[in-house]
Amino acid sequence: MHERTLGDVVLEVRNISLSFGAMRVLNDISFDVRQGEIRSIIGPNGAGKSSMLNVINGFYHPQEGTITYRGETRHQMKVHKAAEQGIARTFQNIALFKGMTTLDNIMTGRNLKIKSNMLLQAIYWGKAQKEEIEHRKKVEEIIDFLEIQAIRKTPVGRLPYGMQKRVELGRALAAEPDILLLDEPMAGMNVEEKEDMSRFVLDINDEFGTTIILIEHDMGVVMDLSDRVVVLDYGLQLADGPPDEVRSNQAVIDAYLGVSH
Amino acid sequence: MIYREAGEFKASYREDMAILPIRQDRWFMWALMAVAFLVIPSIASEYWLGTIMLPFLILALAALGLNVLTGYAGQLSLGTGGFMATGAFAAYKLATAFPELHIIVVILLAGLITAGVGILFGIPSLRIKGFYLAVATLASQFFLIWMFNKFGWFTNYSSSGVISAPPMTAFGDFFVTGPHATPVAKYLFALTLVVFFAMMTKNLVRSNIGREWMAVRDMDIAAEIIGIKMLPTKLKAFAYSSFLCGIAGALWAFVHTGSVEPLAFDVNRSFQILFMIIIGGLGSIMGAFLGSAFIVLLPILLTNAPHLFGLNIPVDIISHIEFMVFGALILFFLIVEPHGLARLWQITKEKLRLWPFPY
Repeated sequence: MHERTLGDVVLEVRNISLSFGAMRVLNDISFDVRQGEIRSIIGPNGAGKSSMLNVINGFYHPQEGTITYRGETRHQMKVHKAAEQGIARTFQNIALFKGMTTLDNIMTGRNLKIKSNMLLQAIYWGKAQKEEIEHRKKVEEIIDFLEIQAIRKTPVGRLPYGMQKRVELGRALAAEPDILLLDEPMAGMNVEEKEDMSRFVLDINDEFGTTIILIEHDMGVVMDLSDRVVVLDYGLQLADGPPDEVRSNQAVIDAYLGVSH
Repeated sequence: MIYREAGEFKASYREDMAILPIRQDRWFMWALMAVAFLVIPSIASEYWLGTIMLPFLILALAALGLNVLTGYAGQLSLGTGGFMATGAFAAYKLATAFPELHIIVVILLAGLITAGVGILFGIPSLRIKGFYLAVATLASQFFLIWMFNKFGWFTNYSSSGVISAPPMTAFGDFFVTGPHATPVAKYLFALTLVVFFAMMTKNLVRSNIGREWMAVRDMDIAAEIIGIKMLPTKLKAFAYSSFLCGIAGALWAFVHTGSVEPLAFDVNRSFQILFMIIIGGLGSIMGAFLGSAFIVLLPILLTNAPHLFGLNIPVDIISHIEFMVFGALILFFLIVEPHGLARLWQITKEKLRLWPFPY
């Protein structure tokens, strides 16, 4: 679709293998992600796509292989470190803070940027209050961007599914990430909601220059949005390349349509 | 129609982020404060101040502490009594070792010592959750009470094990503990502290740390992935919660009963405070006060109600009825309204905003 020149490699996944006991979830996966691109990971259910995202943001520790992020090869990493390095994500099954309002959920996304200590926050004076107001402004910008003004003060547990997905995207955006991992942001949505969400993904990529790694089942969406696509099947990497190339790859067609033996 | 925010326009985020953004709420709060500080001390009898208002306030402070830990940060604790005892004994040791210290300093230091103990017993919370954590904190409850009974050092080697709090003044001749303290003085002293800490707690829960606590409560994995560190966040909740419980314990021993005894802080106390926040409302400042009022007032109501109807029920039966009513109410709230009285209050307000229209 769009001819774009891609930036330097920001994230490199090399020979990653991950098993849970005897279950081999990822087998020798290698690909790279370039600055400012929309990189999709596709594959049938159980292919290991979500596991791949969990490896990228440090939630799973692969047995073999390395991940190099901005020239730095990481080994064992604490989960909260990924956020500090500018990697944010949304989840396949929404993982919002159900008891909190939309506003508070997105504000929580900015937790790493708030510097005042507990005592100042208890007095709620001076720096603490100034910070709250500053971050509230930023959060309002995100709320405007995602068009969720009306549900600002609604506890997210009461929101419909599509809106929750949007709030979750807002929470990830609040961290002003360099890389945004989106795990099936359009699952279970109707056409209109999918169009909205696609527009947001493109706008985030365009306006903020955020690199996006996307998992999605809707092939139309994937082919339209992505710069490059990685295809996984049962933990194996089938193909890697631009959408057109992947679409015509025989192994990919076999995996999706089945093949007669 | 009377209670609504229509026509109130917020021109800045500061106004929108106020604790009580609706004007009627602010009036109500000022009126409540006026009643608490001016009306009650001038009209209430000694009985009311000493046996109802004082325990209500002090237990509300402890409930506030537990609500931070359980209601906001989602860490179930049954160690409240133990932490209150720590506060009481720490205050006693400080007041006897350094008699020149001001009572406010003694109480704050006692709170800080309890916070330290709370952090120590909060460390397992990184690994264990829910009921298992409750059992671990229950162990702290028994351990702390056992420790205060076992070692004479805590009671300054008093032979009876029961020790009385030394008389202390807030300023000049204004005694707040000991035999010279009037119930009004005790009440005002406790009220001031409780209002102050309630404000502080409200500020914390609407700030970043409060959001982090609630994030850990609602979805700990997502919280960690957006950069919240589990251990410091949980330990801060334990520290602040036990800080408040410690202060409540010190107030209970010094201002309310005047004597420091472990028996006042046994496991029943822990359950009592837990019931307060369940009935009052988990994750609500208001809930701590409503729950405390409910649990302090209910026994008095149950004792006096039969007399009003001319019935003569023996005391032991009344105390049994009390248990039954408590049990039934806790079941009722857990099933019907897990968010407690505070949620009912919230629903009432939402209904009032639309009244007399249905929507």
